[in-house]
Amino acid sequence: MNKTVNQKAWFFVIPVFVLVAFNAIIPLMTVVNYAFQETFGNNVFMWEGTRWFKQIMLSERFHASLGRQFLFTFIILFIQIPLGIAIALTMPKEGIGVPVCLVLMSMPLLIPWNVVGAMWNIFALPDIGFLGHSLNALGFDYNFTQQIGDAWFTTILMDVWHWTSLVVLLSYAGLRSIQPAYYQAAEIDGASRWAIFTKIELPKMKKVLTIAILLRFMDSFMIYTEPFVLTGGGPGNATAFLSIDLVKMALGQFDLGPAAAMSLIYFFIVLLVCWVFYTLMMRNEEKS
Amino acid sequence: MAKVTLKGLSHSYLKTQSSDADWAIREVDIDWNDGGAYALLGPSGCGKTTLLNIISGLITPTKGDILFDDKVISGLNPVERNIAQIFQFPVIYDTMTVYDNLAFPLRNRKIPEEEIKVKVHEIAEMLELSSTLNNRASGLTADGKQKISLGRGLVRSDVNAIMFDEPLTVIDPHLKWILRSKLKELHQKINRTMIYVTHDQTEALTFADQVVVMHEGQIVQTGTPVDLFEKPKHTFVGYFIGSPGMNVLPCQIKGNDVIVNGKKIETHQQIKKSNFNKTEVGVRPEFISFSNEGIPVKVLSVSNTGRHKIVDTESETGKIKIIAKSNEDIPSGSAFLKFKKEYTYTYGDSWIIE
Repeated sequence: MNKTVNQKAWFFVIPVFVLVAFNAIIPLMTVVNYAFQETFGNNVFMWEGTRWFKQIMLSERFHASLGRQFLFTFIILFIQIPLGIAIALTMPKEGIGVPVCLVLMSMPLLIPWNVVGAMWNIFALPDIGFLGHSLNALGFDYNFTQQIGDAWFTTILMDVWHWTSLVVLLSYAGLRSIQPAYYQAAEIDGASRWAIFTKIELPKMKKVLTIAILLRFMDSFMIYTEPFVLTGGGPGNATAFLSIDLVKMALGQFDLGPAAAMSLIYFFIVLLVCWVFYTLMMRNEEKS
Repeated sequence: MAKVTLKGLSHSYLKTQSSDADWAIREVDIDWNDGGAYALLGPSGCGKTTLLNIISGLITPTKGDILFDDKVISGLNPVERNIAQIFQFPVIYDTMTVYDNLAFPLRNRKIPEEEIKVKVHEIAEMLELSSTLNNRASGLTADGKQKISLGRGLVRSDVNAIMFDEPLTVIDPHLKWILRSKLKELHQKINRTMIYVTHDQTEALTFADQVVVMHEGQIVQTGTPVDLFEKPKHTFVGYFIGSPGMNVLPCQIKGNDVIVNGKKIETHQQIKKSNFNKTEVGVRPEFISFSNEGIPVKVLSVSNTGRHKIVDTESETGKIKIIAKSNEDIPSGSAFLKFKKEYTYTYGDSWIIE
């Protein structure tokens, strides 16, 4: 088939190009600009080459926040994915229970992030918060504003509460799309419940789970608002994840060059992990 | 291997039933011999899949009993009934190899691995799957996958019956007849009770020794393909089987005479009673010929299929189709039709008058 050449068609691309330019390309390029130069304001820039990158890569502060970030992300993935699947498996498949469960499940997802942070902050306050007060009343020495373990526990609990629903909804959609004949065949083949789960349900959910893991990885890796409102990164730097640390550096200390370099490194880590994960998950798909 | 008997089986998907239409299946009685090949034939929604799922134990019937070898098994689950079922589209376990797929039902039953190996290889040989045994099952074509589904049913040598729920729906037309003859061949080889559900008359008639025709949840006729063709017991069987289907014309019964379009015609039966709401005459296009006298019609069109000609004509009370030899001269305009007496039946309220 011959394609018609019509250069005027480019005009149709302009609106999208302008939008993307303003919300993505120009800010990113500004960051790139800052990452390689030093500035003292007044639009005066001096070339620094890769100095900021070297500084960040060797900085212990960056290593520490990156480590915290990975630890946090792995913990919440480790909890949310199995928990989400488990909840999706137990949700009703027909009747009035379906919409009720779906609405209840979506509730946490609809709450603005800073509200989630504020809610949990009050909820967990050791003296007046329901959670904090109850834990102390039960004999636990709980104070998330002062003890590192408690701060992590609260942050993770908050994230699990906020985001497990997303995994549940995606898994549920995946489960519902399995044709009943698969279950009937498995029943006739005498498969156990566990075999049905591992041989039918999990393989059929593979695609939605890949999406769920990717989304949860990206969102948790870039988490900012909720821990910022809940703990403010504290006690000390105990819950200062990458983005909190980044904002401290850029806006608190006004180290624009290192902060820009850190943003780019941060961005490439997210990109790299997503790419590796997606390629691994989809490798077998293409073969077959 | 078992004899399958259904007694007074009725099923409804509704909690309460007020009319006949609320029943998916009504008062079905069937006797199927051990080792036979049977087909359940009917249009979509006639209840044939429901009936099949009741036999396999996936659905519990509202009323009635299912017996295997004269033992009531109504309360048992599919595993306890020990049956195999092949579904409309291929059901395979994506992550497993072809070998593991075939071995799956045996492994679930804790059969020793050496025995499984022998059995799987034997079935793979039969289904021509030997060369793909180590491939991932998800990479196969639709007919290959359907063979796996079939194979999973066949590996268990003790199954009571094998059921097919329109198994060739997703198969390419040119592969359909290969798989169909394969099934027939397998049936002769392993000699197990096979029940085949389909809406395709060719599939049913070529596969089965006995065909059960279903219509609106009821069995309208059970018989050999020849019976169904030559003596349809219900007008539905007449036009569902055959291409084109049987001609059904309204008629009057006066005494012992059958009158169609004002002409007395001869039918197979002796009419003894005539207290019906609706009486009809049915005759297949194959058994009508042009004549000098008889039912007057107007010839509308002739289409030549190569093997024969299909003639559309119009009588006073409805259209009549005729199958004529391809070398036969077809009169144009007005003509008269003669029905072959042995294959012309009278129907009262859609059922044949005996």
